[in-house]
Amino acid sequence: MSKSLFEKVWSAHTVGRLADGQTQLLVGTHLIHEVTSPQAFGMLRDLGLKVAMPRRTFATVDHIVPTDRFSEPFADPLADAMIKELRRNCAESGITFFDRATGKQGIVHIVGPEQGITQPGTTIACGDSHTSTHGAFGAIAFGIGTTQIRDVLATQTMALGRLKVRRINVTGRLRPGVYAKDVILHIIRTLGVNGGTGFAYEYGGEVFDRFTMEERMTVCNMSIEGGARAGYVNPDETTFAYLKGRPYAPKGAAWDEAVARWRAVASDAGCVYDDVVAIDASAIAPTVTWGINPGQGVAITENIPDPALARTADEKASIEEALAYMKLVPGAPIKGTRIDVAFLGSCTNGRLSDFQEVAKFIKGRRVAPGVKAIAVPGSQGVGMLCAELGIDRVFRDAGFEWREAGCSMCLAMNSDKLVGEQICASSSNRNFKGRQGSPTGRTILMSPLMVAAAAVTGAVADAREVFGI
Amino acid sequence: MALAKIISITGRGVYVPGNDIDTDRIIPARYLKCITFDGLGEGLFYDVRKNPDGTDKPHPLNDPRFKGASILLSGANFGCGSSREHAPQAIQKYGFRAVVAESFAEIFFGNCTTLGIPCFCASREDIALIAAAIGRDPGIAITVDVAAQEIRFGGQTAKAVIRDAARDALVNGRWDPIGELLEGLPGAREQAAKLPYMAT
Repeated sequence: MSKSLFEKVWSAHTVGRLADGQTQLLVGTHLIHEVTSPQAFGMLRDLGLKVAMPRRTFATVDHIVPTDRFSEPFADPLADAMIKELRRNCAESGITFFDRATGKQGIVHIVGPEQGITQPGTTIACGDSHTSTHGAFGAIAFGIGTTQIRDVLATQTMALGRLKVRRINVTGRLRPGVYAKDVILHIIRTLGVNGGTGFAYEYGGEVFDRFTMEERMTVCNMSIEGGARAGYVNPDETTFAYLKGRPYAPKGAAWDEAVARWRAVASDAGCVYDDVVAIDASAIAPTVTWGINPGQGVAITENIPDPALARTADEKASIEEALAYMKLVPGAPIKGTRIDVAFLGSCTNGRLSDFQEVAKFIKGRRVAPGVKAIAVPGSQGVGMLCAELGIDRVFRDAGFEWREAGCSMCLAMNSDKLVGEQICASSSNRNFKGRQGSPTGRTILMSPLMVAAAAVTGAVADAREVFGI
Repeated sequence: MALAKIISITGRGVYVPGNDIDTDRIIPARYLKCITFDGLGEGLFYDVRKNPDGTDKPHPLNDPRFKGASILLSGANFGCGSSREHAPQAIQKYGFRAVVAESFAEIFFGNCTTLGIPCFCASREDIALIAAAIGRDPGIAITVDVAAQEIRFGGQTAKAVIRDAARDALVNGRWDPIGELLEGLPGAREQAAKLPYMAT
């Protein structure tokens, strides 16, 4: 009988059924970082437990690291205590820590794939909702809470109810100037921020067949923004080519065996999904958000919604709440909205190809006066590749601050924060109230090239016009 | 360690209106700079509850009539966004013992259940009725009954749905699964040995 990748991976990792009906699921790969793990190690100590399979947990530090200058002790004593606690926990338990000195530190969802730890047919958990990123490789990957981190550390398993699977086919071709970020913003706008509750999203269709791994990661990353705890793409030649030769990828005969297994784990033709959605790629435009959740987006050519035209009382209330916070004018074009900050980075769009693509267009351009523009590579590895290719220089010459690896302004747990009511054109994943560090700060989500277009013009702009695409 | 059987909870309620209330709003990221969950209650809804100078903004949690409430009511997709367990921890440490909303985001729901906080889904109409009853009499006793899947308030009864696995775990005192998971550890090791990526 035909099965989806989700069903195959789920059944290969099922240890048993718990009394409440949930599955005891084996977590093949566990990723941890400094923010959500220290309390879990504390719980383990309280219970007198040890890490069951320390070789299957990998750590890095990302949320709290300063990106302007990495120098210890950190100026923020709380941040400094967190990195030290992670070091201690990893050392005591024998967990591999991609610390700064290894040259492999970075955002956990960039480091896992970069090191070849993220592999098809595996289960991956991490105390971070953007763990869905790893689904790009055909893994079932999801975010967990801290008590569940304790469970995974102590047993390499966790209690989880089975998800349904929604296949999302994106067919046809994307128009020039339209990127993976636009695809996922469009999907969330279409299906809603809670449309995916209870589902894993399986992304497919011609657009995904052609996508690079980094593009697939951008889409899978934001599955949670659509309410889906996991999102994945079936593994194919693109996946295998990306993984070959990476530090943790299988080598020699083991590589060939692994590829054979990975091919077999992809969803079978004719398997049955709980739901199927079709999206026409040619209908997707460069998309930007105007509100306070990632589903509140419009095409760059559209206007900011007018609550007076809302179809339901609910929609009206949510538009009003969002516009009151964003201080935007209903019915006005989103294009032309002045910005104060441009942020390029994050686990959504902080990979080599994101910086490469932008560098092609900003050469010879300058960041508009009054705009603070920062470019933050997602990992030390991405930073080094950008340096080798001279990409950092292109950004600096254009007036961007070129930073060191970390989560930076995506969530403001470090020194990179909005101030007051600043508006930020951001390649990150969340535009919630206060998300970027100021309780009144405003975030407009968009693709990296759209961030660049906003940076050089000082306002939300259509990158296709700004860069002649 | 025997866990409490969470069969029903009775207390006063407070209604925090709004849909898509995300975990950044429930607990702003700067409160995540900690290595224990102690003291998180103070940060609950901080940026929508307090001005930058620490004075109060108009917010139901600042209304003295609702002080001491242990049942939190809200709108749809409550707890969306970040997986931070700091959000349910802050809710619990503030003094809430149950949450009633139109719907919940997945990760938040699981985090709450594991902490023994029942999350009930109720209809918008019923939440509005309960909110109105609280508005008229903030002291009204509200009972959220996990076993019977209903909410009782002021002589009225509303249907409240809680996912089967969570209900079973709460009423039978097995909402923290660590004991059962540890029993399954030998099985997990056997299963791991069969998977080449875990065996090597």
